[in-house]
Amino acid sequence: MHTLIRTEKLSKIYPNGTFANKSIEFTVLEGEIHGLVGENGAGKSTLMKMLYGEEQPSAGQILIDEKPVSLASEFDAIKAGIGMVHQHFMLVPSLTAAENLVLGKEPKHPKSRTFDFETAARVTEELSKQYNLPVIAKARVADLSVSMRQKLEILKALYRGARILILDEPTAVLTPQETEELFVELKALRNHGKTIIFISHKLKEIFQLCDRVTVMRDGRMIATHKVAEIDIHQISNEMVGREVRFEVAHPPFAPGAKALEVRDLAFVDDFGIAKLKKVSFALRQNEILGVVGVDGNGQTELVEIITGAQRALAGTVRANGAEITNRSPGYIRHHGIAHIAEDRMTVGTALPASIEQNILADRYWDRKFSSATGFLKSREMSAYADTLVKEFDIRCKSAKQPVASLSGGNMQKVVVAREFTASASILIISQPTRGVDIGAIEYIHSKIMEMRGAAKAILLVSSDLQEVMALSDSLIVMHEGEIVAYFPSAASVTDKELGLYMLGIKRQSDDEIRKVLHE
Amino acid sequence: MSNIKKFFVDRESLAPALVTLFAAIFSLLAGVVLIFIVSKDPVQSTKNFLLAPFLRSYNLYYLLIVMVPITFTGLALCVVYQLRYMSLIVDASLYTGAVVATAIGTLVSLPAGIHPAVAMIASGIVGGLIGLLPAILKIRWRANELVSSLMLNYVFYFLGSFVILYYLRDRSQTILSSMPFKQTFLLPRLIPNTQLHAGFLIAAGFVVLVSIFLYRTRWGYEIRITGANPRFAMYAGIPVTSVILYAHFISGFLGGVGGAVEMSGLYRSFIWQMDPSYAWDGVIVAMLARRNPKFVPLSAAFFAYLRVGADFMSRRGDVAFEFITLLQGMIILILASDKIVNYFKERQLRKQILKNQGGVR
Repeated sequence: MHTLIRTEKLSKIYPNGTFANKSIEFTVLEGEIHGLVGENGAGKSTLMKMLYGEEQPSAGQILIDEKPVSLASEFDAIKAGIGMVHQHFMLVPSLTAAENLVLGKEPKHPKSRTFDFETAARVTEELSKQYNLPVIAKARVADLSVSMRQKLEILKALYRGARILILDEPTAVLTPQETEELFVELKALRNHGKTIIFISHKLKEIFQLCDRVTVMRDGRMIATHKVAEIDIHQISNEMVGREVRFEVAHPPFAPGAKALEVRDLAFVDDFGIAKLKKVSFALRQNEILGVVGVDGNGQTELVEIITGAQRALAGTVRANGAEITNRSPGYIRHHGIAHIAEDRMTVGTALPASIEQNILADRYWDRKFSSATGFLKSREMSAYADTLVKEFDIRCKSAKQPVASLSGGNMQKVVVAREFTASASILIISQPTRGVDIGAIEYIHSKIMEMRGAAKAILLVSSDLQEVMALSDSLIVMHEGEIVAYFPSAASVTDKELGLYMLGIKRQSDDEIRKVLHE
Repeated sequence: MSNIKKFFVDRESLAPALVTLFAAIFSLLAGVVLIFIVSKDPVQSTKNFLLAPFLRSYNLYYLLIVMVPITFTGLALCVVYQLRYMSLIVDASLYTGAVVATAIGTLVSLPAGIHPAVAMIASGIVGGLIGLLPAILKIRWRANELVSSLMLNYVFYFLGSFVILYYLRDRSQTILSSMPFKQTFLLPRLIPNTQLHAGFLIAAGFVVLVSIFLYRTRWGYEIRITGANPRFAMYAGIPVTSVILYAHFISGFLGGVGGAVEMSGLYRSFIWQMDPSYAWDGVIVAMLARRNPKFVPLSAAFFAYLRVGADFMSRRGDVAFEFITLLQGMIILILASDKIVNYFKERQLRKQILKNQGGVR
């Protein structure tokens, strides 16, 4: 097969200093389905944006059919035969499917030279039949299902003559049945001679669908493999970048009283997908309860509801006996819950603000830092920030510099410094070491264990299975919005066995699962 | 020396400060070039443009008077810009504030000193309530605050004109004018036989107050954090909705007070024939000040300097006053183009990073 797309030393540096792509050598062969995997922030989206002309490379070049091309805009990309299906669809809801399909390249009526809707509808139906992607041509997009809108997006790209289709996490918005349907259709497209780049962080899907897979981590291309010649563990190690098991000293487990109690929590997202279905569990003092599951099985929503970023459809959350369901994040923090957010760039920190401002954002109102009349005690504030910077080993020139100027690991230490000194009794920790260097990982792990020693109740969510297993005392496994297993002792279960529960192949009995309520 | 340096570039990078300076100098140079293109006597016109405040003492006082209202709108916009909101409703706040002050200045009898103070407080509250409207529309219905504030400005302009025309008008005058203000309502002049009034000191006082508010109090801290990243502010437990509301109230309050100060300081009756649109001047003042209130006097002075120079030059020569709008446009274009800053930053970064990682694959 001949090489369709090749990038040579392609690099991208954003104006804010993010080095998103570092000398990427990425190759796509004609007629393959090529998976692109990596954790959030690994640089997948940046690479695709450059291929689709939305971003310009800082260095290096892109070759199509071994000829260098300059993709200054989406128009150039479309001209070069590249089509993209974004995660958030680029459709006009009030227009029909057919009108959306031909938008920008409308058929004209032979006599009146005006827009010819009938031809547009016919073209849509023909295309839909040819590629076996069913859509209703004359229905308004607003009335179409999410999966049909996605098919329309694919058809739109094909109508514009795309040979190469880039799909950005297409399954994130689909139900499992719709996902299977999409995979059948994508394979059919490949058999039609189309080339597909499939972005995902669900490894299972890569194995179901792709011919080859490229792994990215920290802005670099790590490797490209034939899917047939590799196993899931190797890819996941390459994604995370370490094979070593974490060595964490575990003092004996002596759980205390119940601190956090979650009952029958339910949540449905904007696409109408049930993300949580009657989730119940209890978390005790001195306990680290690990939440295991493939990304996107409800863990994020669970954490968001507990911490007040999202409203539950039904169910209750109690912290130390007080009801905190659907309260504001401020109220919830006052009731003893601290939270390390999974995305430190958009939620966990204010990038343009200083380290000091970030550290004090949840306690500036304390009498230690502001007087009863509302004036800030700036000297006390900087002294306090300096102490935490030293205590948590945040590497910086001064606590007055913006958080944006720190490395990922030090940024995370700012978050940890704030949340672990928040005098909370319950810690909700999400992805504590995602995209963080090894040194910082060890440090953060030792701090988490320190917190457990200090009688805190800790809920730990991480997509890094090794990490959860090494740190947790007990485990729950989530699959499609439900708790499917509870292991009172994390040490007595293997990752292989967890994998079966994570993929939904095995499921404990309801009685076994109910034990996590400790009644 | 280090203190002076700290005052100007304190806690912020040098790049935006330099771009600001560049915008100011470039606009002056461009002004001179324009004069040389259009004027028959370019040397004299340039002299009149650049040296106006130093040629006639009248011009100097004029400059100081011009600074007063744009200091108020500049401060008001600093507050909303700290939130990264783009509301221009301060225009309506100032105009309505002036109308409210006119009503109090003509219809109410109070002792001197207290009379203008009461007017300022009342105008401030009315201005603040008006300031809330675009914020409420945004929070409740996600209406873009720039658009809604521009629309509402018209509503309040016509409402204010209606009140003047039907309830406060002096029917003995041929031009549109309110009844004369009572003597007790008028602010004292700072220097006899000039128009420089005590409102200048009030504006200066508000510069200090707003600086302290934004950088030294809890509420200012909340505004700055919310502006830096609203999702983070929410997550950290800051009551984001009320922060947005009180910031907009304060912004409108400043506009309302500004309107009252103009009335009681500069005028003998309400004689605005149209909306003076000080909010637009405030945009440039706040942008030049990089939304930091302590720089507002400086940028207001620069802006007033341009305006007084252009005015003096147009009355003495053949260059039209409107030439100043060209300069304003240029300043805004330069300041608004983040790309200029980003271009230099990115170029520097790219060099640095690519050099450091030369050996890496």
